[in-house]
Amino acid sequence: MQDQPTTLTNEALNLSITAEQLSDQAHKLALDISSYNFATSGHESFVMMGFTIFVLACFVGYYVVWRVTPALHSPLMAITNAISSVIIVGALIASGPDNMSFSKIMGFIAVVLASINIFGGFIVTRRMLSMFKKKG
Amino acid sequence: METLAPLLYLVSSVLFILALRGLSHPETSRQGLNFGILGMCIAILTTLITPAIPSYGLIIGGIVIGGTIGTITALRIKMTALPQLVAAFHSLVGLAAVCVAIAAFHNPEAYGIGTLGHIHISSLIEMCLGVAIGAITFSGSIVAWGKLQGIISGKPLSFSGQHLFNICFALALILMTALVCLTGSTSVFWGIILVSLVLGVTLIIPIGGADMPVIVSMLNSYSGWAAAGIGFTLQNPLLIITGALVGASGAILSYIMCKGMNRSFLSVLLGGFGADHTPTAAGGYGDKAAKIGSADDAAFIMKNAARVIIVPGYGMAVAQAQHVVREMADILKAHGVDVRYAIHPVAGRMPGHMNVLLAEANVPYDEVFELDDINRDFAQADVAYVIGANDITNPAAKNDSSSPIYGMPVLDVERAKTVLFVKRSMGSGYAGIDNPLFFGDNTLMLLGDAKKMTEEIVKAIES
Repeated sequence: MQDQPTTLTNEALNLSITAEQLSDQAHKLALDISSYNFATSGHESFVMMGFTIFVLACFVGYYVVWRVTPALHSPLMAITNAISSVIIVGALIASGPDNMSFSKIMGFIAVVLASINIFGGFIVTRRMLSMFKKKG
Repeated sequence: METLAPLLYLVSSVLFILALRGLSHPETSRQGLNFGILGMCIAILTTLITPAIPSYGLIIGGIVIGGTIGTITALRIKMTALPQLVAAFHSLVGLAAVCVAIAAFHNPEAYGIGTLGHIHISSLIEMCLGVAIGAITFSGSIVAWGKLQGIISGKPLSFSGQHLFNICFALALILMTALVCLTGSTSVFWGIILVSLVLGVTLIIPIGGADMPVIVSMLNSYSGWAAAGIGFTLQNPLLIITGALVGASGAILSYIMCKGMNRSFLSVLLGGFGADHTPTAAGGYGDKAAKIGSADDAAFIMKNAARVIIVPGYGMAVAQAQHVVREMADILKAHGVDVRYAIHPVAGRMPGHMNVLLAEANVPYDEVFELDDINRDFAQADVAYVIGANDITNPAAKNDSSSPIYGMPVLDVERAKTVLFVKRSMGSGYAGIDNPLFFGDNTLMLLGDAKKMTEEIVKAIES
């Protein structure tokens, strides 16, 4: 009579352990699925969205640039040069980590190059634009 | 933070669009520039406050080094050397794109595009595309810079089978991209960079000096596409938008330059223009002889004119004559003469170059007119003063179908009562083509250095 409760508690214990393992597995599976979603379909959908943004931005660029007066085509080139160095955003991420690595060095070089362009491009544009004066 | 960063990136995209919009008029252009600078500051600061960046030391160091170099170069550069500067800057954008792509390839976790050796296929394709365009932009711009600077011969350097060579290289790039996607191989990725670098050189080196305005604009466009390609890899809409804006801008400028020379974009790319022309001997164009005039003659004619149109070309900038030309214009205006400037789209060595050079010499921008706006007025003008220009005034482009520049829009200077043509000697122009204008009945050739000749005319008018 005394054995029965002990076996019962033992069984309950076993059951709870199995349940825990099961929930762990379920959790892991859920994580896997969610990361799988991020990894594949999440990225695929960005490609499509990115392409949409890209095409629309091309149209915006087309209409805006045609309105630029031919007299200011040189400043236009200098300023587009400066703003295309917004690529520095990618360089900053690469050179951000604490640990030194090959990609951190690459990031650093890109930060230097892009900074030359940003400062140089904006300053030379400013120099040009300040020369354009009206009569009198 | 999760929603704030994309929002701030959007703000800076809009500011970049407003920056380009501001350039529609000189009045609003400075405000546009400020929008651009603000947009860039927002973009950089937004990226810096994201948790992905824990260490700032190297970044600040990089910005300080780059900023100093950029600032000094931009402040020192002469406006005549602007095309070289822009070409050099394009090469830097290209190289920066290559570096970012390499960094992303070796540390994809930082960008959330997979793990080392296991990068998502779509990211790999975009990365290969971005790195290839970046590398072509880099090496191509270096060659363009060398040609503009005079380090590499401006003559087109073509070799037999070059087109086949380029096509093979392009095919190799596609194959290698496929290989990188299938295997994720690092060495093939570096191979793409190497092949693209060589392709950039072989694409640009056969292109002649006369076509450089197109090439500089085209490389401007490429630097934009490279940025957009990297934007796809990093899944960053700001980079995609900015890259598309810059790419579109460069493409439009290339188109305008091609139209200004009546050349198709393809024929420019295939290269070889301005090589095979042996100019006919000076002074002999049929049985006609050129009339040679003196500074005193020119001064007399201009003083008694009512309307003078000045046609400047790149030669004026080379001779540093723009300041004395403006001085001459001021004196003529004081004598009651109406003076205007006519600018051909390809008058300088990059789009809008001549406008900047005239603005630097304090010529008010409302006295400067584009080809389409002023060409009709030559018929009413008493004098067309052509200085440092040649091919852009060549009437052969209108009536000689055998001329290599036939069909190119030119300034109708020969319609003016008198054409004063300042020229160092009776040789041919930059593109190596004869100009029948020299032997026109109403043309007076003023042989000599552009600056000295104009100085002498100024003296003669004043006395």
